[in-house]
Amino acid sequence: MFYREAGQFKASYAADQSIFPIAQDRFGVLVILAVAFVFVPLVANEYWLRSILTPFLIFSLAALGLNILTGYAGQLSLGTAGFMAVGAFAAYNLQIRIPEIPFILDFVLAGLIAAAVGILFGLPSLRIKGFYLAVATLAAQFFLEWLFTRVGWFTNYSSSGVITAPPMVMFGFEFSGAQSRYLLTLSIVAVLALAAKNMVRSEIGRAWMAVRDMDVAAEVIGIRLLHTKLLAFAVSSFYCGIAGALWAYVYLGTVEPQAFDIFRSFEILFMIIIGGLGSILGSFLGAAFIVLLPIVLNNVSSIFAGGTLSAHTLSHLELVIFGSLIIFFLIVEPAGLARLWQIAKEKFRLWPFPY
Amino acid sequence: MSQAHKKIGDIMLKVEDISLSFGGVRALSGVSFDVREHEILAIIGPNGAGKSSMLNVINGVYHPQEGAITYKGSTRKQMRPHQAAKQGIARTFQNIALFKGMSTLDNIMTGRLLKMRRNFLWQALYWGPAQKEEIENRMVCEKIIDFLEIQAIRKTPVGRLPYGLQKRVELGRALAMEPDLLLLDEPMAGMNVEEKEDMCRFVLDVNDEFGTTIALIEHDMGVVMDISDRVMVLDYGRKIADGSPDEVRADQEVIDAYLGVSH
Amino acid sequence: MAFDWLFFLEVLIAGLLSGAMYSLVALGFVLIFKASGVFNFAQGAMVLLAALTFVRLVEMGAPLWLAGVSTLMVMVVLAMLVERLVLRQLVNQAPIILFMASIGLNFFIEGTAQGVWDSDVHALDLGVPDLPIDVFGMLISQFDIFAAAMVAALVVVLAVFFQKTRIGRALRAVADDHQAALSVGIPLQTIWVVVWSVAGVVALVAGLVWGSKLGVQFSISLVALKALPVLILGGFTSVPGAIIGGLIIGAGEKLAEVFIGPFVGGAIESWFPYMLAMVFLLFRPQGLFGEKIIERV
Repeated sequence: MFYREAGQFKASYAADQSIFPIAQDRFGVLVILAVAFVFVPLVANEYWLRSILTPFLIFSLAALGLNILTGYAGQLSLGTAGFMAVGAFAAYNLQIRIPEIPFILDFVLAGLIAAAVGILFGLPSLRIKGFYLAVATLAAQFFLEWLFTRVGWFTNYSSSGVITAPPMVMFGFEFSGAQSRYLLTLSIVAVLALAAKNMVRSEIGRAWMAVRDMDVAAEVIGIRLLHTKLLAFAVSSFYCGIAGALWAYVYLGTVEPQAFDIFRSFEILFMIIIGGLGSILGSFLGAAFIVLLPIVLNNVSSIFAGGTLSAHTLSHLELVIFGSLIIFFLIVEPAGLARLWQIAKEKFRLWPFPY
Repeated sequence: MSQAHKKIGDIMLKVEDISLSFGGVRALSGVSFDVREHEILAIIGPNGAGKSSMLNVINGVYHPQEGAITYKGSTRKQMRPHQAAKQGIARTFQNIALFKGMSTLDNIMTGRLLKMRRNFLWQALYWGPAQKEEIENRMVCEKIIDFLEIQAIRKTPVGRLPYGLQKRVELGRALAMEPDLLLLDEPMAGMNVEEKEDMCRFVLDVNDEFGTTIALIEHDMGVVMDISDRVMVLDYGRKIADGSPDEVRADQEVIDAYLGVSH
Repeated sequence: MAFDWLFFLEVLIAGLLSGAMYSLVALGFVLIFKASGVFNFAQGAMVLLAALTFVRLVEMGAPLWLAGVSTLMVMVVLAMLVERLVLRQLVNQAPIILFMASIGLNFFIEGTAQGVWDSDVHALDLGVPDLPIDVFGMLISQFDIFAAAMVAALVVVLAVFFQKTRIGRALRAVADDHQAALSVGIPLQTIWVVVWSVAGVVALVAGLVWGSKLGVQFSISLVALKALPVLILGGFTSVPGAIIGGLIIGAGEKLAEVFIGPFVGGAIESWFPYMLAMVFLLFRPQGLFGEKIIERV
């Protein structure tokens, strides 16, 4: 009843092209931002901030990156975690080798290095499409994982192959508490999410979608395929690289290459499929779903089974439920959670009259 | 006849001795013709005569083995799609090639791509010059939307549109490129009489108002004879006739090709 | 140092023989891809399920043949469930959706298999020892030869099945064009069940071979990942491609590991096949046996 756009007229194309053309949406987003920045850090406990919200935000960022590449530009990638690893190890090496650089700049540089690596592994995309390309990105995944495991220079010759992130200090303030780290992550993610939304609603976003939907026609309009695809690889890897750096610095603190294995890549792929391919909101919804699912399953099983299930059985049960849910989702709504949300909004607009 | 109030200019595109084959299959052999400024040239011929292949050669989707293409004074062995687009050749396809996941407006906006200058970093900011550019181009697209009378479906995903409207949107996307040469591959195929009349009107208006040169492929002889200034006939990958609609209609070889006299 | 050709040959043959086992997994992929258009990521989980079921039945005291037949029945039931609960629901969806569904299926099967049985390592003994025998001065594993022979036999049986039987012809029709096959009255759903069952049989054979070599455990489901570059080399729809691709990958990775590996830090088996496949693709995007794609507009 309150979600109605009647009476809101747009008098300029600028108004019509704004991110949230409907006043209620604008208001809603402001509320969400206010809650995320002010209310949550005040209320949430250490466990929620550190172990649920922070990884959720980092996953959202990686999912955004993958969504740009796969959802918008249509290039299926199974190497997401590999690019995250590049970001993590680049940030680490930059900081221990050139300690003068402030860590925020480190993150940006790490993202740029990841982008360069992304471009390198995106080169085959001009000739290879679809699942064939997916296998090419697997080459990136396994090669990068191997590189960081086997070549000692990247881990600064640490004997265990584990890197420990140095403290993050800016203007004399050290980001060490769960709260400050959460806010740091939130700020980075918010800025990058806004940038992503802007890109996909501009010319470059349309070029990506054109390449995704029909590459021959895109070429005929004058889109340079290689250039457009490589840009998608670069931007996507930049996002993933920053997510990787955050994963190492903000979330885990110490990290080994195996934290970025093939299953991490799949996890992020699931997020965008469940959340919605080609949707910014969907990246967040998907990440929330995947992060919360194991926690919910855990709680539910402890309520019903009362702790009689062994950890092994539980992890197998989790796999079964996870697998079934994925299939269920694909059958019910292949376009993902974001599409469900959109349908719900349309229903709201018309309520209480269904037509 | 439209010739009366329209000045046909110099040769804009000259195609010489084009031969194209896929593996062992010969699609075009030694085809030469030209397109003059501001004219409407119709390319006709039976199925499989090589009409679509000819258009694909002109805008660089296919690369011919022999021959040369002279466009706006420069001669090339073959075109590249990107190059063709940059030099003002736009194109619609026989089987609609819209971007299915995008709205009508976004589809038409893709046609403005070459006119937009800001790089992706500006676009990520979506502020100042980038926003201004976006709005300016939106205005151009809105004019095309008005012209084609598709205001109501502006924000509809094109996948949901009926066939006739999809063809119209595809024309809109080509027009958004502000082309000098417009290639239309069966713009009226599968339409009912009313839709055909609308489409004819659009084609003639584009030609009249913007002076755009048009080369089109069409099977409906009534339409071809009515709207085109000149007609070229292909059969089995060869050119068999080229002239005004009346000349072509009287040409014995063309009649044979259509009625199927044994070669 | 003179190049040791005998050693080279030994490594090459060992690689080819282990490649035969990759072929086996790739074969399952190809069958399913041809018939139902699903890029079936769950093939690896099917290998695990088959091997685990078999080995647990044997451990419970069932004779080999009984364990084999029971496992086959499990695989057929799985095929029916997949057809009913997944494929039928997802008709006409985009390939990527089907691919995702198969990843979901992969988790489901892995979870179920390990939940019903367990996740320990089980030794599987088929009565063929993994001992080297001396062939013209080269040491070649007896078991590898046995495995290669199994692969060859399976391929022959499959070839006869698809060429000579009615259902085989129907399957080839479906592979060519779903719609056309439907329109001449070929029951698509039956075909799917048959193909997934056949893929289950292939998975069983692969599971037995891999299982007795590595022990039956979770990690054999990861063999599926190794089958991907094999598919790339061979093309997704070509049975001979799967075989030859498997041999090339097997030989390539062994040779690279032994002769290049020591110079760059070792363990390059993990990524070498993918790089090989990728470089290969750059020159021949359609795979070894795929047809050249002409894009029409």
